[in-house]
Amino acid sequence: MIKGSFYILLFYFLGELLSMLLHGFIPGSVLGMVLLFLALFFKILNPENVRSAATTITKNMAVFFVPAGVGLMVYAELVSKSLLAITLAIAGSTVLTIVVVALVQEHMEKRKVKGKTTHE
Amino acid sequence: MNNILEQIKPYLSTEVFLLGLVMGTFLLGVLIYKKTKITLLQPLLISILIIIPFLKVTGISYQTFNTQTHFLNFMLGPSVVALGYVLYEQIEYIKGNVISILTAVFVGSVVGIVSVVVIAKLLGADKVLMASLAPKSVTTPIAISLAEKTGGVPALAAAFVVICGIFGGLVGPIILRKVGIKSKIAKGLAMGSASHALGTARAMEMGALEGAISGLAIGIMGIMTALLIPFADILF
Repeated sequence: MIKGSFYILLFYFLGELLSMLLHGFIPGSVLGMVLLFLALFFKILNPENVRSAATTITKNMAVFFVPAGVGLMVYAELVSKSLLAITLAIAGSTVLTIVVVALVQEHMEKRKVKGKTTHE
Repeated sequence: MNNILEQIKPYLSTEVFLLGLVMGTFLLGVLIYKKTKITLLQPLLISILIIIPFLKVTGISYQTFNTQTHFLNFMLGPSVVALGYVLYEQIEYIKGNVISILTAVFVGSVVGIVSVVVIAKLLGADKVLMASLAPKSVTTPIAISLAEKTGGVPALAAAFVVICGIFGGLVGPIILRKVGIKSKIAKGLAMGSASHALGTARAMEMGALEGAISGLAIGIMGIMTALLIPFADILF
């Protein structure tokens, strides 16, 4: 667990460094994810080193959002002024995004499978 | 009564109590969710809905709460990094799907930005509000910097990101079922693209592959949205 935590923090830090070089264009955590993936992919890091820590953290991700969620109370007044526009815009757009992404991906996957079977 | 409250307030404002409160309310949420099986009763939502009134009643400020529970906020970063491992575990499923994944997320990014801005505009939102809404589907750190660049309010953008995440996490699995999506990659990709890490937390519950792909989607969506947002100006 300590070894795993160390490696995750190390890659987080490397991600933050890279993010600084890119002027914060992409957050350090996302870059850290990419770097950790690359290190595992190119066998620089043994997956056993991070397995238990990484699985424990990612399985319990939702609880880390509680402080940010409670933060909504601070913006309650601002949000309530344009409540209808905000609610409908977020809800409508989120539903559309989910449907579009899922349909495009599923459609392209199916087409690929079909293409393969006709070639064979 | 008020007197007692004033006396115990310092104890309620401690790190140990507030962290315990988060864990306790979340645990209660897990129990309620498991018992009722009602999708709307997400542990996260239950925890938030208990803590906000609690802070109001006791008069503990959000600033105090946030400082004392900062550890949890910090853990958001490592949990995104740890998704790199989950992604590595699922590598076999990603191979051969790279082009479709990039295409789907790109289309999702365009649809996400355009639809949220257009709907808000039709309902009379001003430019500041639209600029704060535009990056709602990406993780908080990306959304804040993007909103700043286009004239939005970073704090509002952060709030919209959380609302979008909670909403997508709640309804996402229902919508995917209604539309009849079978592909696990499509499910994970949709959850992560629309609702970032909160969508991913829900996708993890669906399965490891869905969760890993969802984590990948956060990264791709963040990068694509960052590249597209400057063009959103035309819509405002």
